[in-house]
Amino acid sequence: MATTYYSEDHEWIEVDGDIATIGITEHAAVQLGDIVFVELKEEGDEFAKGDDIGVIESVKAASEIYAPVDCEVVEANEELEGNPAMINESPESGAWIYKVKLSDPSQLDDLMDADAYKALIG
Amino acid sequence: MTNTPQEHAPTPKRTPLHDLHVSLGGKMVDFAGWDMPVQYPTGIMAEHAQCRAKAALFDVSHIGQVHLIGDNAAQKLEALCPSAFTTLKDGKARYTFFTNDVGGILDDLIVANAGDFLFVVVNASMRDQDIAHMRANLDGIDVVEITDHALIALQGPAAESILADHCPDVRDMGFMETILAQIDGQAVRISRLGYTGEDGFEISIHQDAADGFARQLLAHPDCEPAGLGARDSLRLEAGLCLYGNDITTDTTPIEAGLIWAIQKRRRTGGGFPGADVIQAQIADGPARHLVGIKPLGRAPARAGVVLQMAGQDVGIITSGGFGPTVGGPVAMGYVTRDHAAIGTKIDLIIRGKAQPAEIVSLPFVQQNYKR
Repeated sequence: MATTYYSEDHEWIEVDGDIATIGITEHAAVQLGDIVFVELKEEGDEFAKGDDIGVIESVKAASEIYAPVDCEVVEANEELEGNPAMINESPESGAWIYKVKLSDPSQLDDLMDADAYKALIG
Repeated sequence: MTNTPQEHAPTPKRTPLHDLHVSLGGKMVDFAGWDMPVQYPTGIMAEHAQCRAKAALFDVSHIGQVHLIGDNAAQKLEALCPSAFTTLKDGKARYTFFTNDVGGILDDLIVANAGDFLFVVVNASMRDQDIAHMRANLDGIDVVEITDHALIALQGPAAESILADHCPDVRDMGFMETILAQIDGQAVRISRLGYTGEDGFEISIHQDAADGFARQLLAHPDCEPAGLGARDSLRLEAGLCLYGNDITTDTTPIEAGLIWAIQKRRRTGGGFPGADVIQAQIADGPARHLVGIKPLGRAPARAGVVLQMAGQDVGIITSGGFGPTVGGPVAMGYVTRDHAAIGTKIDLIIRGKAQPAEIVSLPFVQQNYKR
C-alpha cells in the first residue's frame, strides 16, 4: 500500500515498495502561479537528498525541485514537457514529475506526513 | 522546491486601492517599498490575456507624480533630459529620461505639458532620487510631489469604451495626450498612454475617490484587475524598457534604442548631461545594442543569462521570461554591434547549458496605440 510523505521544500513523495513517485504540492503550485516550463533530469540519474533534480519555471520565476531522499530516476514525466501547466491543474494527482528508486528507505522517516505538512504551511 | 515569492514585507507603504486589492484576492508583495498586488486569483496568464483582448485595471499609484511649476520649467528641464519640452504643445506628453555626465540613464519618465505646469511621472523605485535631482537642478522651479492622488492604469482595446462611459471626452484623445476632466464631480487628469503595448489610459485621481472609481471601472464586464506580474510580461512583449534592468546608469539611450525620444534639435544642439557621449554614439553607432531575443527552445531565459557565439560572450539578457501572447519565451538584452543583426543565431547559457536563440526585432507583439 502506498504511503505519501512531504518535504519542507514542498515536494510530495508517494512510496510503494522501493519505488516512489515525486511531485510538488498544491501549496507550491499555487505559490508558483502559471507554470510554463519544466526542466527534467534523465532516467538513470542518481541523486542525494537535497540535490537539485529539476527546475520549474512559472511566468514569474524559476524554482528548483530538490530530491527529498537519495534516489535514482527510473522515469521522468515527459508529458510535462509539452504540457507544464498540468502541474497547476493537478499537482498532487496526475502531474507527477519523477518515478524513482529509493536508495535508503530509512530516510523517509525524516519526512512529514500529511498532517505535519498541513501544519507547516498553515 | 523553493524560491516561492515572498509575501508581505514588514512595513511597505499602501496605495489608496490597497483594500480593494485585498478584497479581490490580490497576492500582495513588496515592490519598491510598496505593498502591491503581483497577481489576482485568475493568475498572470489570464490577466495578461485579458489586457490584450479587452481591458485590465492596474494600480500604479506607487509611481511618482510630480508637478513642475514656474517660469521656463520646460526650458530648465531640457538641461536634465535630451528631449524637447519647450515645443511640447499644451495637452501633449513625451517619454524621456534623465541622463548623467557619461550619457547613462538615471531614470526614464513621462513629461506632459499641463498648461500652467509640467506633469511628470517617474518610476516608483526612483521617485525619491528623481525628486531630489529635480530640486537640486531646476533653479526657481517648484518641484511638488503629489502624494494625495492615486494613479490607475486602464489598458487594453476596450479601455476607451469603458472609460468613455464616465468621461466621453476620452474618445477624442490621441496617443500621448493628456486632459483635465471631471468624473463624478471629481477633477481627474487622464493621459492616453501606458506600459502594456495596448491602447489605454492612466488616470490620476484624488485618493478619496480612487477606490470608488476603480470599483466602477471593474464593474464593467470587459474590465478585470491585473497585477505587477502581468504588467511585466505585457511590457516585455511590447519591447518596453524596464528601468533597473534594460536601462541603467551604465546604458545610454542610443544603446537602448531610444534615439526616437531625442528630438532633432536636441541631437544636434546638445545641452544635456552626457551630450558628448550620446552625440558621438549617434554619429558612430554604439558598441552594443538592446535587441529582442527569441529563445528557440521552451526554457525561459531571464535577466543575467549570458549570450554566446562560438563559445565567446557577446551579450547578456536584461529582461526575459514567458510571453503569454507569444506563447513562448521572450527576452531583451544587449549584444555587441557585430552580433546585433536581426536573424543572428546565438546561444543562451541557461543553467550552464547552451540553448539556441535568435536575435529578433522588437516588439514581440504589435503595439496597438491610438495614433
